Amino acid sequence: MNKLLNVSSSPHTRSDVTTRNLMFDVVIAMIPTSLYGIWQFGVSALLILIVTVLSCVLSEYVYEKALHKPITIGDMSAVVTGMILGLNMPPTIPLWIPALGGVFAIIVVKQLYGGLGQNFMNPALAARCFLLISFANKMSSFTLDGVTGATPLALMKSGTVMGPNEISAMFVGRIPGTIGEVSTIALLIGAAYLLYKKVISIRIPGAYIVTFAIFVFIFGGMDLNKVLAHLCGGGLIFGAFFMATDYVTSPITPNGQIVFGVLLGVLTGLFRLFGGSAEGVSYAIIISNLFVPLIERFTLPAAFGKEGKKA
Amino acid sequence: MGLATFVGGIHPYEGKELSENQPMEVLMPKGELVFPLSQHIGAPAKALVKKGDQVLAGQKIAEAGGFVSAVVISSVSGTVKGIEKRRMANGGMVDSIIVENDGQYKTAEGIGAERDMDSLSKEEILNIVKEAGIVGLGGAGFPTHVKLAPKNPEKIDYIIINGAECEPYLTSDYRRMIEEPEKVIGGLKAILKLFDGAKGVIGIEDNKPEAIKKMTELVKDEPRIEVCPLKTKYPQGGERTLIYAVTGRKINSSMLPADAGCIVDNVDTAAAIYMAVCRSTPLMTKTVTLTGDAIANTKNYSVLLGTCYQELVDAAGGFKKDPEKIISGGPMMGQALFDLNIPVAKTSSSLTCLSKDDVAAMEPSACIRCGRCVSVCPSRIVPQKMYRAALKHDMDEFVRLNGMECCECGCCSYICPARKPLTQSFKEMRKAVAAARRKG
Repeated sequence: MNKLLNVSSSPHTRSDVTTRNLMFDVVIAMIPTSLYGIWQFGVSALLILIVTVLSCVLSEYVYEKALHKPITIGDMSAVVTGMILGLNMPPTIPLWIPALGGVFAIIVVKQLYGGLGQNFMNPALAARCFLLISFANKMSSFTLDGVTGATPLALMKSGTVMGPNEISAMFVGRIPGTIGEVSTIALLIGAAYLLYKKVISIRIPGAYIVTFAIFVFIFGGMDLNKVLAHLCGGGLIFGAFFMATDYVTSPITPNGQIVFGVLLGVLTGLFRLFGGSAEGVSYAIIISNLFVPLIERFTLPAAFGKEGKKA
Repeated sequence: MGLATFVGGIHPYEGKELSENQPMEVLMPKGELVFPLSQHIGAPAKALVKKGDQVLAGQKIAEAGGFVSAVVISSVSGTVKGIEKRRMANGGMVDSIIVENDGQYKTAEGIGAERDMDSLSKEEILNIVKEAGIVGLGGAGFPTHVKLAPKNPEKIDYIIINGAECEPYLTSDYRRMIEEPEKVIGGLKAILKLFDGAKGVIGIEDNKPEAIKKMTELVKDEPRIEVCPLKTKYPQGGERTLIYAVTGRKINSSMLPADAGCIVDNVDTAAAIYMAVCRSTPLMTKTVTLTGDAIANTKNYSVLLGTCYQELVDAAGGFKKDPEKIISGGPMMGQALFDLNIPVAKTSSSLTCLSKDDVAAMEPSACIRCGRCVSVCPSRIVPQKMYRAALKHDMDEFVRLNGMECCECGCCSYICPARKPLTQSFKEMRKAVAAARRKG
């Protein structure tokens, strides 16, 4: 045996978790709500999802090709961004708008800051907010069964009181809204999958949802129905489990994740109850994204045994 | 209540089934034996022999080179061929005494004599341990007589015998526990004689039910000894994690177990103490697991110190597949070897021969800040941030992030989906910081 063996620093083994299969798990978790959206809103919803995914993946490919960088579309992160963006679109939007959103998400928000892991805002959400501001009407026109209607949140904003029937319709998803946000039950199935596979922890969504519910209960007139309608009638569940938990743009420290969730809950409550627009999840998340470095700085965990003194 | 354990950790492929049912076999070496003068933490030992000297098995051939140091014992009889630099498992070249084995195994006077530990004073026991050249055999190599002589011996209330063997593939401690449990318990009793107020606890991971059963049965009439089953999780056998699991006490990197009233010794160390105290036999052998998918026959050898690794492989029938990576130790903390011309040292525990190197072909990708490194870290620090500091070689930031609390267990590198060389960079940084501190 004259050949030299491989040497490297320990450990000499690795887990089978890769970036690619984490991203793939997120894609799987979004399938129930995607299928519900397509079933409810029809083929236009499917087309929008295809357009956003293609737009994101192509943007990443073209940008990296043009700048002679390694091509990273295989890590699936652009697919996840595309799906989240698509699921945040109204089902009847002209296709060029989601296509533009994909380019903005990948090139402006992600790649210009250095690519995967370097962006400080959730690309899909930053793109959604960009589109909301640029094309306000088209981005907030929602239809269900061919009829244009207001979302539950918009109705509540103008004073409608929601009862148990309306709330159960929201839970199932028989309401107008974006493709992926309407069905609470489909979203919860996907969320359960992510929690079961330990892709996400409950810290961010748990702190977010609980804080938000308390906020709405206190400042919304102590009305439990109103709290439930707020939880199920908009983008909260989708945002809490699929967007606020984005690894890159949320704190890495366990306590920081709780703080982040609380901040999200308060901001979302403020925007929805006291702000000009009915929805508030997207803005709450991208604003909280900006606080992540600060939150991490103050929530560094205490090292094991650090309280002990040298004897 | 669940089993005793710690927060964090990982569950790598255990690989213990490959060798756990192979009884210990004694392997007698043929060629020359190599005794490095530095196979422990502390000052190198000083050679007492010179080229041409005749030595006997059990004879002291090098004396301790300082307070924290250990003697070296010849494991065979024969002629000293010289003192020269030889490579050790950690890659370093170390001054070593080379003994040509005469095949007689003539022992020095008094070796093997039965002795009653009750007739010995504390000082005598400590001296026996010192003269037997015993060091932490689990891998650390810290001189045991120093560990057993803490500043305030009356404050020690736990003697923990580490039978966790959390490192994947290794089964040498397991075989020791089920084949020679009385030696392990005997060693523990000898240690307990040094600490009147202490209780002995044998910690064993629950993936070794037979060892737990056997030990529990044997200590049932021992008022001062108990067995503590531990949850199977890497690095359960790390000193800090083990102390926490057994006692709930936490120590940090600047503390010794004695600061928390604990002394931790490996199963093999305890057995070595028994052999030295009760059988007048200094440290001459080591249990070494020969395992991995490349080896023709997996083995648990009781092998004389100084034997060349190559002889172990030959005795086991060589390789059935071409090995790509051979590790002295297990895959989590072991040291990869580029060839087998390495002697079995006091800290050797296993030779893990793998036909495929999982790690070599891996390309690191971008960190996605998933936080897995944070959740598995038993030291509860933030590897992701430490890595950024390490890339910039920013020692202040590394220390501020508690980088010196890292125990180099490898959990973060193991779990990282981006395949970043986290542990490797921390080892470098910790060395650099320690060196800077020594300079003052």
